[in-house]
Amino acid sequence: MKRHTNFFYLIGQGIKSTFKHGFMSFAAVCITVACLVIINSFVLLCFNLNHMVEDLQRKTQMVAVVDESFSEQEARHLGSQINLIENVHKADFRSNKESLAAYIRDYEEALFDGLSADSMRHQFIISLEDNSLVIQTKAEIENISGIAEVYADIEVSNALATIRDVIYVASLAVAAVLLLVSLIIISNTIKLTMMDRKEEIAIMKMVGATNGFIRLPFVVEGFLLGLFSAALSFFIEWGLYELVLQAISKQNLAFLDFVPFGSVLVAMAISCGVAGFIVGVFGSLMSIRRFLRV
Amino acid sequence: MIDLIDVYKTYETGTHALNGIDMHIDDGEFVFLVGQSGSGKSTIIKLLTAELKPTSGSVLVNGYKLESIRRGKIPYMRRTLGVIFQDFRLIENKTVFENVAFAMRVVGARPREIRKRVPYVLQLVGLENKGRRYPNELSGGEQQRVAIARALVNNPSMIIADEPTGNLDPARSFEIMLLLEQINALGTTVMVVTHEKGLVDRFTKRVIAIDEGKVVSDGMDGYYSYEEAH
Ligand SMILES: Nc1ncnc2c1ncn2[C@@H]1O[C@H](COP(=O)(O)OP(=O)(O)OP(=O)(O)O)[C@@H](O)[C@H]1O
Ligand SMILES: [Mg+2]
Repeated sequence: MKRHTNFFYLIGQGIKSTFKHGFMSFAAVCITVACLVIINSFVLLCFNLNHMVEDLQRKTQMVAVVDESFSEQEARHLGSQINLIENVHKADFRSNKESLAAYIRDYEEALFDGLSADSMRHQFIISLEDNSLVIQTKAEIENISGIAEVYADIEVSNALATIRDVIYVASLAVAAVLLLVSLIIISNTIKLTMMDRKEEIAIMKMVGATNGFIRLPFVVEGFLLGLFSAALSFFIEWGLYELVLQAISKQNLAFLDFVPFGSVLVAMAISCGVAGFIVGVFGSLMSIRRFLRV
Repeated sequence: MIDLIDVYKTYETGTHALNGIDMHIDDGEFVFLVGQSGSGKSTIIKLLTAELKPTSGSVLVNGYKLESIRRGKIPYMRRTLGVIFQDFRLIENKTVFENVAFAMRVVGARPREIRKRVPYVLQLVGLENKGRRYPNELSGGEQQRVAIARALVNNPSMIIADEPTGNLDPARSFEIMLLLEQINALGTTVMVVTHEKGLVDRFTKRVIAIDEGKVVSDGMDGYYSYEEAH
């Protein structure tokens, strides 16, 4: 009962002072929102890059070319041997005729004029269980007698994975800096409130208020600023993301396969909330620490 | 109860403010602390409220050893004291009632207790009809009464006043002293720092005189004993 009433009194004090310093609170919220939006944009970028890398890896195939001395019948039999390799998910046979047809379909027909099926070789189109083992699996398939060559176009997804990793690290660095910036901004806003209430704090100390009691309204203020910034940045992020998706679909950049916001909604909400909480509460604690030392 | 034993205080600037103070004040006493400007009176008050720590010596206040008190215990020690200053130190945007209630609220009193206790102390200091006023709507004497009500509201065992009448005319000053005497009669120990010789001599109280950080006289003979010691 006793704790209860005090708790609400203190919360009330925190809310009041947040509104009293309207302009400074507004400025702090704006800067914090900007920081959170940038941080979360990086999070979303990483998320989408990762999504694309995984997608590409899933689609990555190997092509095993059969020795030209093999007849179609003999070549087909190699399929069971390829399938015995543990990492092979699926091996589809493609005869020389089908290969030619596929080439003609994929590229410009004219290029293949005069080419006959005999100049193509029988192939297996192989997809893997685990693309990170591509080199070992490639060697194993090459060891099968009758397989002349194995091509793996894994380079693209590997390159993308490298880019993703670089952006991961960069994002972490940017996020750390921006979190610090928001922390300092919130902390300074609270400090302003505290300067404003210096005499009140002195009186509180004089009549024997504990430091915890003096601190709580300021923590509430920081918490509110942080939470408000978090909510605002979440919705701004959402809007921006939808705009980006629209732009992509308009520009025919369909190969940039972005996930819909719905599938990152919860993660984004948590990310915004946690960042806002940390920035608000720690920002206020930071500013109070020095102040209470008397 | 206050017990100062061989207390020294040297400020960081090198000023030797107190040079071996010995002083004992029992529960229920009324004491004037007098001395010239710069003699060290406010320094003593700051030691008693744990705003400062002594450079050496022992400071005992209501059972707390202030030379070695843990920081977390200071608030609880301060709840046994009511402190009053020359400049009143009221919160301008709170009413008289709120200013007094504030002191109860920040030590965790229940709203019901606050509603009961605040009118009682306001009536004790003669402000029962001014609870809704703001400090700037009151005379200096009335503002000091609010400060006294605030000091009293948590029922401290001791009131410490640093020049409570410094900003008031002689008639108001006398009234404030009468009020403090009345509070003392109800059982609260009172220690009043003052410059005003005339005021001290209108009461027959114990007078401790300080000069250059030392006790130069201590007795019931009024301000004169201090003057003679010079
Ligand atoms: N914070 C401080 N830092 C350095 N020196 C100080 C500080 N406060 C007081 N002093 C010095 O300590 C001495 C005693 O000061 P103190 O305030 O205790 O005097 P006082 O008796 O209260 O004087 P007054 O009657 O003018 O209020 C003075 O020489 C003063 O200049
Ligand atoms: Mg003084």
